[in-house]
Amino acid sequence: MSQKSNYKLMRGNTVVGEAAVQAGCTCYFGYPITPQNQLPEYMSRRLTEVKDGIFIQSESELSAINMVLGASVAGARVMTSSSSPGISLKQEGISFLCGCELPAVIVNMVRGGPGLGNISPAQSDYFQATRGGGHGDYRVVVLAPASCQEIADLTMEAFDIADYYRNPVLILADGMLGQMMEPVTFENYTPRQIPEKDYVLDGAKGRPSRINLSLILNPQQMEDHNWKLMRKYKTIERNETRYEEFMMDDAKLAVVAYGTAARIAKGAVKRARSDGMKVGLIRPITLWPFPSDIIRKRASKTDLFFVFEMSAGQMVDDVRLALEGRSEVYFHGRPGGIIPTPVEVLRIISRQYYQKELGE
Amino acid sequence: MKKVYARPKLLKDASMHYCPGCGHSIVTKLIAEIIEEMGLADRSVCVPPAGCAVLTYNYLDIDTSEAAHGRACAVATGIKRVLPDRMVFTYQGDGDMAAIGTAETIHAANRGERFTTIFINNAVYGMTGGQMAPTTLVGQKTTTSPHGRSVQNEGAPIPISEMIAILDGAVYIERTTVTSVSAVRNTKRAIKKAFTAQMDNLGFTLVEVLSPCPTNWKMNPLKSCQWIDEEMTQVYPLGVLKDETSGAPDREVANAD
Repeated sequence: MSQKSNYKLMRGNTVVGEAAVQAGCTCYFGYPITPQNQLPEYMSRRLTEVKDGIFIQSESELSAINMVLGASVAGARVMTSSSSPGISLKQEGISFLCGCELPAVIVNMVRGGPGLGNISPAQSDYFQATRGGGHGDYRVVVLAPASCQEIADLTMEAFDIADYYRNPVLILADGMLGQMMEPVTFENYTPRQIPEKDYVLDGAKGRPSRINLSLILNPQQMEDHNWKLMRKYKTIERNETRYEEFMMDDAKLAVVAYGTAARIAKGAVKRARSDGMKVGLIRPITLWPFPSDIIRKRASKTDLFFVFEMSAGQMVDDVRLALEGRSEVYFHGRPGGIIPTPVEVLRIISRQYYQKELGE
Repeated sequence: MKKVYARPKLLKDASMHYCPGCGHSIVTKLIAEIIEEMGLADRSVCVPPAGCAVLTYNYLDIDTSEAAHGRACAVATGIKRVLPDRMVFTYQGDGDMAAIGTAETIHAANRGERFTTIFINNAVYGMTGGQMAPTTLVGQKTTTSPHGRSVQNEGAPIPISEMIAILDGAVYIERTTVTSVSAVRNTKRAIKKAFTAQMDNLGFTLVEVLSPCPTNWKMNPLKSCQWIDEEMTQVYPLGVLKDETSGAPDREVANAD
């Protein structure tokens, strides 16, 4: 019998915390909000065991994200987390982090919205996450795990991506992933080579003084700064785009789904296959950069792209943009915190599959 | 010939954007002098948030991080916690400190964060063109209180320093001004004391400086100084609001009784 001694049964929210600590995160700032409270609770204990560990329960989300900015500019690996309404409040700080080109890891355990919404799992923050979310021309790298193991792997890598590109990285999961328990190992992580942090403000000892700012009053310099950011985002698009394909080789119908919705969809795809339907799954792992290339490539053999989201339809826009009319798109969504079953999704898939006469 | 005064080394060779008669330039120069005198040039980090204060990084030759409007105390918290042996200070105006950043200010003080806040109170929003500030005096005309601030509509001026003084985390709070040579020297003493208390790891320190804004007050510089001495100090009395810099042990003794 194989010994999985390095695996621990852990809850998604605490997996984020442990993965962060093991990736060298020493600072956490946050404000309580359901369904992610196990994460700050875990960090409040765990960071006392870490050298120079800092945990502050801030007075607001605004304050938390700005403490993140301070710790980041002081050179630390730093994280904050929240759920939808709290992430809305953090947008000001995220815009500043991007303008100042500072690394940070931000976790959004999405809940149903808009407004106070509810505390059920949802995917309705896709637009906010992938379009920047705050003011100005910027992008945040968005990682969408679909299991506790992937939460561990992506969280650890998130710190490297953030440091490497000097840009915030957002982990976009939901209440379901945050609350579920699965066996997890933290041994998959291979640290990247990170460039020296030549922007850190720690007192101008033996070097000229430094300034960290996003205020650029000269429009020409501001435009230059924006183009510099855009060139960085292009590099990220080239290097960091990630997705999973499942049973796509001969698929006539491709389900496109991420995170929790992708797990549900995978169950539906397996059932569809056992019913003889040529159905596959494309699961974006990075939501920004979005895996447009593979979707466009698959359009040559796939007749229908079936987008399934736990929202009223957000990622479906990116699928349409990727396809540029090359193939038909059908959307099925359940917003508001509803978690559909694989059987429900299968029913819709088979109806589309046979209505479009994909079954030969 | 004996040299009695020189330009502080930590003032960059740049002309300031501040209007003639503005108090900011005086305080900025004082900070440069103090950091130099205390030998903290290579250990200091300044956090100026949005407003007239933000361009401080063009003048002070030390590590400086801009902060969003109102968020200086949160940014400074992050920096100081990561670098506890550095001298960290925020340099904020009244709108930043007592309106949009009230929560950040109060809670940083309450946690006893070991940084210093230099609070420039000129009773208006300066950079945006003279709108009403939380510290605007009753009856004072601004671009958004054209008939004068009324208690009924806008409430009374917020005594933010007094509010902070009641918090255990704050150890030293003093209100000064820059309307005369002796007042400037007194402000220098107060800021130096705050920086020293911070480096002694005592708690949150704050110096509020009543500062002229001739442009937005529509007064000449002399009249502005007169207005501070005669009107502003009635609402914001000068002096030490709290000093536990030598009293920290006393508090323990008092508690022991």
